[in-house]
Amino acid sequence: MTIRGKAHIAGAYEHPERKIPDKSVPQVHAEVALGALADAGLSLRDVDAYFCAGDAPGFGPVSMADYLGLDRLRYVDSTETGGSSYLSHVGHAAAAIAAGKCRVALITLAGLPRSQGPSRASRSALAPEAGFEQPFGPTTVSMYALAARRHMYEYGTTSAQLAAVKVAASQHAQHNPEAMLRTPVTVAEVLASPMISDPLHRLDCCVISDGGGALVVVAPEVARELPRPTVKVLGHGESPKLAGGRVDLTYTGAVWSAPRAFDEAGVRPGDIDYASIYDSFTITVLQAIEDLGFCEKGKGGAFVAEGSLLAPHGRLPFNTDGGGLCNNHPVNRGGMTKVIEAVRQLRGEARAPVQVPDCQIALAHGNGGSLGTRSAAATLILGREDA
Amino acid sequence: MTDGPESLPAPAPPVTKEFWAATAQGQLLLKRCLDCDSVIWYPRVICPHCSSLRTEWFAASGRGRIYSYTVNHRGEGAYQDCAPFVLAYVELEEGPRIMTNITGAEGDALAVGLPVEVVFSDTGAGSALPRFRPAPG
Repeated sequence: MTIRGKAHIAGAYEHPERKIPDKSVPQVHAEVALGALADAGLSLRDVDAYFCAGDAPGFGPVSMADYLGLDRLRYVDSTETGGSSYLSHVGHAAAAIAAGKCRVALITLAGLPRSQGPSRASRSALAPEAGFEQPFGPTTVSMYALAARRHMYEYGTTSAQLAAVKVAASQHAQHNPEAMLRTPVTVAEVLASPMISDPLHRLDCCVISDGGGALVVVAPEVARELPRPTVKVLGHGESPKLAGGRVDLTYTGAVWSAPRAFDEAGVRPGDIDYASIYDSFTITVLQAIEDLGFCEKGKGGAFVAEGSLLAPHGRLPFNTDGGGLCNNHPVNRGGMTKVIEAVRQLRGEARAPVQVPDCQIALAHGNGGSLGTRSAAATLILGREDA
Repeated sequence: MTDGPESLPAPAPPVTKEFWAATAQGQLLLKRCLDCDSVIWYPRVICPHCSSLRTEWFAASGRGRIYSYTVNHRGEGAYQDCAPFVLAYVELEEGPRIMTNITGAEGDALAVGLPVEVVFSDTGAGSALPRFRPAPG
C-alpha cells in the first residue's frame, strides 16, 4: 500500500506577522488553525485528527486539543523531529487517512522566539550525548559551520557559492510584502556580512521570527466537496541520520528520505517543477539539493552558482516566498512554511513574479536537529489535483 | 583566539563516571565492544553497532586529526564572552570523531587534517575537558 493520492492538502495558512509581542503561543496556534481551516472551507468541528510537534505547549497534543476544543479527535500524533516535523506530519496524516483512521487532519506550528528569546529545551540537557558535546560550546550556527567547512574540504565548495543560495532567496523575497528581509542582496554583500562562525556569515543564516502556520490534510472524498483547489499528496519519505560516533558532515538524511518519496510518488527529480527546501543556513540547502538528487554529490556549489534556484525560470526554482533566509522561520522550525509555499505554487497562488508557470509537481523537504550531529529528514512530493 | 571561558562547564548528567574520572587523571578513555570489536563513541552501555552489552574501557592514544573546525565568533552560555574560540571534530586514531575544542592554534595554523594531540582542561569539578592542540613535529 502507498499513500499516493490517498490524501489532499486542502488548507494552508502562514501567520502574517513576524513579531508578535502581545499574544501567547496557544493563541497563535489557534489563529493559524482557524486560518488553515478557513482556507480549506472547513471548521474546527470537522477535525478528527490533530498533529503537533515540540513547539506546542503542554502535554503532547492534548493541551492544544483541549485549548482549541477539538472534541471529535480519533487520531493524534506529536512526532517531534525539529524543523522537519511538519513534513512528517503530512506523511503520517496521509497514511492515517489511507488506513481509514481519520478524514480531516489539522497540523499546527506556532511560537514566539523573536519576542520571548530562545527557549532551550530542557530535554536536550538530558540527552545521552549531552555531556560529551555541550561542554565544548556548540551553537546552532557553529554546527552548520562545521558541515560547511567539511563540504568545502571534500568538494571545493566556496563561500561565494553558498552566498548564491541567499542571493536567490532575496530575489524572491522582494516580491513578498510579509517577508522580514525584502531587499535583494549580492554575493559580495553576503561575503561582507559579519562572520558568525566561519565559514558562515550572518547572511548565510536564516531569520528568527515569531509566527506559525497550519495545514489541513483531508481524505479524497472530503476534498471533492470543498470549494478551493486542493493539492494531492503523492509521496513521503523520512529518515533520521545518526552520528554513530563517526559523524559524516557531508551529507544529510535526504539520501534516504528522497528516494522513498520519489518512489512512492512515481516521479523523478527531473519531474519537479518547484522545490521548497529547508534553508536554516545556506549550506543546508546546498547539501539537500545534492542529496535529493537534483545534481551530482559535491556539485551543489556549481549548481546554485549558475542561478538554478531563481524563479520562475531557473532549473530548480526554490523557496519563492523568500524562505527561512529572508521571509519567515517561525519557532526556528522551517518545515511548515516549506509545505505552505509548495501548496501556493501548485494552486497557482504564489506571488506573480515568482509563480512557476504550469506548476504540476512540487517537492517540499526539511531537516530537523542539526546537520552537525544527528538530524532527521523528511521529503514530500505534492501534485496538483489532477496529478 | 581564546581557549574558551575561564570557568569551564562541567559535563552535565547523565555523566559517565569512569570517563570523567579518567580525564582528571589526564587519560582519554574509549569503549570497545567485546563482541564485535567496534570502538564506541560516545560512551554508553550498549554497543550501537551490534547491540552487545559487553563493553570495556581502554585508553586512547590521544592523537588524531582535525575532521572539521570552525572559529566561532558568537559563543553562547558559558562561552558567551570568550569568542572567538575553535569548535571542532577530531578524528581519533582509534576511529571516533569527537566534538572538542582546538587550543593554541591561530587562523592559518588551523586546517582540516591537521595532526593534533589531547590536552585536558580542568573544570574544577573533578573532571577535565579533553581538548586538542596541534601535535609537535
